[in-house]
Amino acid sequence: MKQLIENLGAAIVLVVERLGFAIRLLLDSIYWLFLGRKFKQKLRFSQVAEQVRVIGFDALPIVMALAFVVGVMLSIQLLYAFSDFGAESQVLLAIAKSVTREFSPLIIGIIVAGRSGAALAAKIGSQVVSQEIDALRVMGVVPVRYLVLPPLLGLIISMPILILVADAMAILGGAVFSIESLDMSLIAYLKESFDILEVNDINQGLIKSVVFGIIIALVGATTGFNVTGGAEGVGRATTSAVVASIAAIVVADMIFSYFLTKTV
Amino acid sequence: MKEHLIKVDELVTHYGDRKILDGVNLAVEEGEIRVIMGGSGSGKSTLLWHIMGLYQATSGSINVLGKDLNKIKFHEKHELLRKIGVSFQNGALFSSMTVGENVAFPLTEHTELDENTIRIISRMKLEVVNLGGFQKLMPSQLSGGMIKRAALARAIVMDPKLLFFDEPSAGLDPVVASEIDELILNLRDAMGMTIVVVTHELDSAFKIADKITVLDQGKNLLTGTVEEVKNSDIKRVQDLLERRARHDTIEPEEYLKRLTQENYTIS
Repeated sequence: MKQLIENLGAAIVLVVERLGFAIRLLLDSIYWLFLGRKFKQKLRFSQVAEQVRVIGFDALPIVMALAFVVGVMLSIQLLYAFSDFGAESQVLLAIAKSVTREFSPLIIGIIVAGRSGAALAAKIGSQVVSQEIDALRVMGVVPVRYLVLPPLLGLIISMPILILVADAMAILGGAVFSIESLDMSLIAYLKESFDILEVNDINQGLIKSVVFGIIIALVGATTGFNVTGGAEGVGRATTSAVVASIAAIVVADMIFSYFLTKTV
Repeated sequence: MKEHLIKVDELVTHYGDRKILDGVNLAVEEGEIRVIMGGSGSGKSTLLWHIMGLYQATSGSINVLGKDLNKIKFHEKHELLRKIGVSFQNGALFSSMTVGENVAFPLTEHTELDENTIRIISRMKLEVVNLGGFQKLMPSQLSGGMIKRAALARAIVMDPKLLFFDEPSAGLDPVVASEIDELILNLRDAMGMTIVVVTHELDSAFKIADKITVLDQGKNLLTGTVEEVKNSDIKRVQDLLERRARHDTIEPEEYLKRLTQENYTIS
């Protein structure tokens, strides 16, 4: 029993410590973003562009494919559920709203956490293990500015773009499956979907995606910097970065859904 | 008397609860090659890390290039670090960059030089360490000695006033190790650098040192010229020179405690 309480206490301390570390990383990143130039710690544009390419552009094929599949999946389920009370025509509305507000940010968040969050944790973790971080520090380069800020900005820029693409693909996926049941043309379906959507629907997805991007960057970097125990530690950090960032994304998603969906 | 580029006074440091350095003094003059010697765990690398300002000392003062590290501002420290070159024990080259990019890294980060100039300077430094033409290789494709030399090229690319070298010849064969010793001597003579080398290799220490500081269990044992160290009659220094094993007296009570007590940590 004593052991249990001890472990629980240690776990809580660890979580609070990591949370503090992540917040510190965020504040430091903001600091260096605006004041880096003044202290000769400037952020290189090419580094951010490279990150946007790796995080955003390279993820496009998988994002488009999966978003399309999610759209098809949603229309299968909704057509079935709505057919019980003859409301199939509402499938179009349900897909458009649920995709833009909920599914594409969540799905894309999980994909990007798996791709880029893991990569960031592995990169920083292996650099910690091989003393490369120390080398940066003794060369007078602030590690946060060089290692965390570019992927953070890369994620903040890439995520909304990925979300817009995913929105379009998921609606297309839903359309392809349901036009037959709804007896509509593809063009008419798409047009009506975009007519139904409000600015607020799209915005909610975009706001969430930026928050998820920040979460992915901070969780990845935090676990990376706290790697101990050599190569095996890097492996562990990569796994826990993915798990922790997906967990944080799901929780953040619920919180933001609540506040952004207040009924007027 | 020449100016002291490094002055360490009564430095005490801890790693967790364990005391690593226990009142170390060190004064290094300009243009000097100082070797810090001592067995494993004597605190010599720790001393180096503290002089570079990477850790917070428990007490004592460190003055590097005229700046007191206890009072230095965060941004001044980065300014200071640009005048210092460090070559790590394992090289610590960035594994995702080529050798050329590694060497050029300090220049691309800290200067506004154009690409061509940076390329020429970094290739010049690679020539200095006899790695001309190797700029396109990745660190994983280099041998141990080549990694050390590439790391040295990166350390000197900004023409630092002060160069720190952690275990330059550890794990290298005697020929390569002596090549690195030659390089260190050349750097001092050609570029007027002040160099601090941490090592436990006796031959290399005697070859390059102007003065040797011997550390033992976190304390200064002796500072002197090569001759003075060789002729020292301090027992621990003799042990080190003669490669004799330490014969610490065992205290029975402490020994039993170490063996039996749960959660024992050394203090």
